[in-house]
Amino acid sequence: MHGAEIIAILEEKFGPRIRQKKPDTIDPYVVVDAADIVEVCRFLRDDPRLQFDMLNCISGVDYCEPEPAKAAKAGFEPHLEVVYHLSSFVKRHRFVVKVILPRWKDNVEGQLPEVPSVTSIWPAANWHERETYDLVGIRFVGHPDLRRILLAEDWEGHPLRKDYIYPLEYHGIRGR
Amino acid sequence: MGLLEGKFDQGGVVVTTLEQAINWARQASVWPMTFGLACCAIEMMATGASRYDIDRFGAGAFRATPRQADLMIVAGTVNFKMASRVRRLYNQMPEPKFVIAMGACTSGGGPYYKYGYNVVKGVDLVVPVDVYVAGCPPRPEALLEGLMRVQDKIRAMHDLTKRQPLDYLVPTRSGYVKLPPEVETLEKANEYCRRRKELSTPTKV
Repeated sequence: MHGAEIIAILEEKFGPRIRQKKPDTIDPYVVVDAADIVEVCRFLRDDPRLQFDMLNCISGVDYCEPEPAKAAKAGFEPHLEVVYHLSSFVKRHRFVVKVILPRWKDNVEGQLPEVPSVTSIWPAANWHERETYDLVGIRFVGHPDLRRILLAEDWEGHPLRKDYIYPLEYHGIRGR
Repeated sequence: MGLLEGKFDQGGVVVTTLEQAINWARQASVWPMTFGLACCAIEMMATGASRYDIDRFGAGAFRATPRQADLMIVAGTVNFKMASRVRRLYNQMPEPKFVIAMGACTSGGGPYYKYGYNVVKGVDLVVPVDVYVAGCPPRPEALLEGLMRVQDKIRAMHDLTKRQPLDYLVPTRSGYVKLPPEVETLEKANEYCRRRKELSTPTKV
C-alpha cells in the first residue's frame, strides 16, 4: 500500500487531528499531536488494512541552531521531533509518524518535553524510548522503566541536543 | 635463550644476581588480562593467534581475572562509564603491574578527541600507563613491540635492592624482522618480483 493511501485511511479516521501530511517522499509521513500518538499508533497496528506489526525505530531530532548569527537563516523554529518508523511484515509497506514537540516543556529550560509512551503497543519501543530519553532528552510518559540506557546514570544533560555543553570533568577525569 | 645456548652441554655454571634472575623469569612470563573494549581488541586477538603468536614472548596466557594478570592491555575506546571499571581492574591486579595503552583512543582520545562527549581523552587520566602503542588500530607487530618495551622495563627493575631503575632503558630486542631468503638482497628481490609477475600473467591459449 502506498503512502498516500495510508494517509487517506488515517485522515478518514482522525480527520483534522492529522496535523501535517507529506505523501510524495521516499518515507511518507504524517504529523500528529503528542496527545494523539498512542491512539494513532494503536489504529495503525490493529487496522486490518494497515497491520503495522513492527516498530523499526524511534528517533529524536533536535531542530536548533545554537549560533545566533546562523539561527535567522536556519529556516526553522527551534523544536524537537520524535520520529516513529513503522513497517508491516504482512502488508509489506512502511510508514512514518512524527510528533513535533517544544524544546522545553512550557518553555522552562530544564523541563523535558513529554510524549506518551508506545510500549503498550510495541514492546520494542522500550529501549528505543530509553535511548531517545538518554541522548535527546524527551520524557516518555507511561514508560515502565525510563532510565538512561547508554550513558552513566549520573550523567548531566542530553548530549545529542545541539546546545549541549561538553562536560569539563566527570568524577575527577578531565573531559576536555 | 641465546645467552645460555650450548653452555650446559658438558654441565656448567651461570653466575648472575638474584635480581636479574627474577627479572629474567618475570619478563618471560608476562600474563596479560583479557581486556578488549573496541576494535583494537580484534588486533590484540590476532596478536594472540598463531600467525603473530604473542606466546613466543611468554605473554600468551590471557587471564580472565585481574588477580592473575601482570599486564593490562587497554585495547579500545575507554568511555567515562568504563573508566571506573578500568581503574578498579587495575587496582585488583597484583604488583608488579604494567599497562599498555593500545591505539589512538587509549593514548589520547583519538578520533573522539573533539566531539566525543563520552570518551576519556587518554587512559592515562585513569590509570598510569607504561607503554603507548600508536596506530588505529595498531598492527600486531606494533603490539609485540610494545610488549618488548614492557619487557625492557621489567628487566630494568630493582625490586630487591630498591634502587631506581635507569631513566633510559636499553632495548634488548627490537622489532627487527629478518627478511625471507628469497628477497634478502636487492637482486634476489627483483628476480623474485619478476618471477611472481610472470606467474600471475595469464597465458594465452
